Amino acid sequence: MGHDPSTLAAIKDLLYRMADDSLILGHRHSEWTGLGPILEEDIAFCSIAQDKLGHAYALYRLLHGLGEPEPDRAAFFRDAPEFRCCHLVEYPNDGYDFSLMRHFLFDIAEQWRYHLLEQSRYEPLAQLARKVRGEIKYHVFHATQWVVQLGARGNQESHERMQRALEVAFPLALGIFEPVPYDEILEQAGIFPGERVLQERWLETITPILERATLRLPDLRSVVPSYGGRRGIHTDYLQPLLDEMGEVIRSEPDAVW
Amino acid sequence: MSAPQTAVIRSLDPRITRLQIPEQLPEFQPKPPLDEWEPYEVFWKEKPGDQPIHVGTVHAPNAEMALAFAKENYCRRGRTAAIWVVRTADIFTFSPDDADMFATVPEKTYREPDAYKVAQKLLRFKRQHAAGESHGT
Repeated sequence: MGHDPSTLAAIKDLLYRMADDSLILGHRHSEWTGLGPILEEDIAFCSIAQDKLGHAYALYRLLHGLGEPEPDRAAFFRDAPEFRCCHLVEYPNDGYDFSLMRHFLFDIAEQWRYHLLEQSRYEPLAQLARKVRGEIKYHVFHATQWVVQLGARGNQESHERMQRALEVAFPLALGIFEPVPYDEILEQAGIFPGERVLQERWLETITPILERATLRLPDLRSVVPSYGGRRGIHTDYLQPLLDEMGEVIRSEPDAVW
Repeated sequence: MSAPQTAVIRSLDPRITRLQIPEQLPEFQPKPPLDEWEPYEVFWKEKPGDQPIHVGTVHAPNAEMALAFAKENYCRRGRTAAIWVVRTADIFTFSPDDADMFATVPEKTYREPDAYKVAQKLLRFKRQHAAGESHGT
């Protein structure tokens, strides 16, 4: 099935946004491997990190099928301005509170995104959405349990730290839904209903969970969303991550692994 | 001469360096055992019709988090139909000292069901044999 050039560009842009988000968040999550707060959580969280890399790989393969470079080249040989990930996934881990809050805010958006994509007229993405449904369901369960546990059932310190993490992560999370020029094309082609719809669903879902966690959602009107990532304008944290992630493969690009 | 307070461990592993672990760690205070999260026992079955089997333990603050941990700790490889978790404290058992209650059981062979199985086989053979005799010759 052929797409006209503008639809094709819109599909590629959507796939790059999703793939780059998954790759960079998977990498950030993986930085906790061996250092998690307890053994059981360490294993669960790096398993989630692997899932994220798996999603990125599947998306880069779809892109490769549309004429883009092979997955390894797409992942390891581009520099920050060519990446389309949002700022939320780039931020360093800082503490486990921030990593968990980011995991929660991102995965609820991701769950809705894939849910909406199950109806997509771009069939390869609809198929992938159905395939990853169960994995993301678990990611959301894991994240929700942690956020409620530390927000409402821990102690004052855990509550305060989760509240602070929410305040730091919230404007970054709004950057997930940065409007892109392709939104209209994607909606009209029945491929994806757009970032505005996604943000509404996301907000409706996180609000009652954060209430259950006794955390205060920052006022949307007073928050400036961290936009730019979808246009290749990133925080200072992305390029060092890319340098580290690609260091080995870039030293010998033609090596056979 | 002592190292400055800011000295951190430099490692070839970027994760260690990123953690900024100080070279001189503060003294650890001993903690009472099990003062935080409780253990939960994890049961798993591979296929829907299987009996669940005990696969191990996780520590968690509640049953939901125990499930969240058990799922990745015990089901991340191979097939899974279901997992169960239960607080270790909610499982009742005899003390290991009371295992002598079971000591003489292997001697009571008259309780072993094999005897019944053999008796049924013999009975069937006798009946068949008797029927064969009446039909034959």
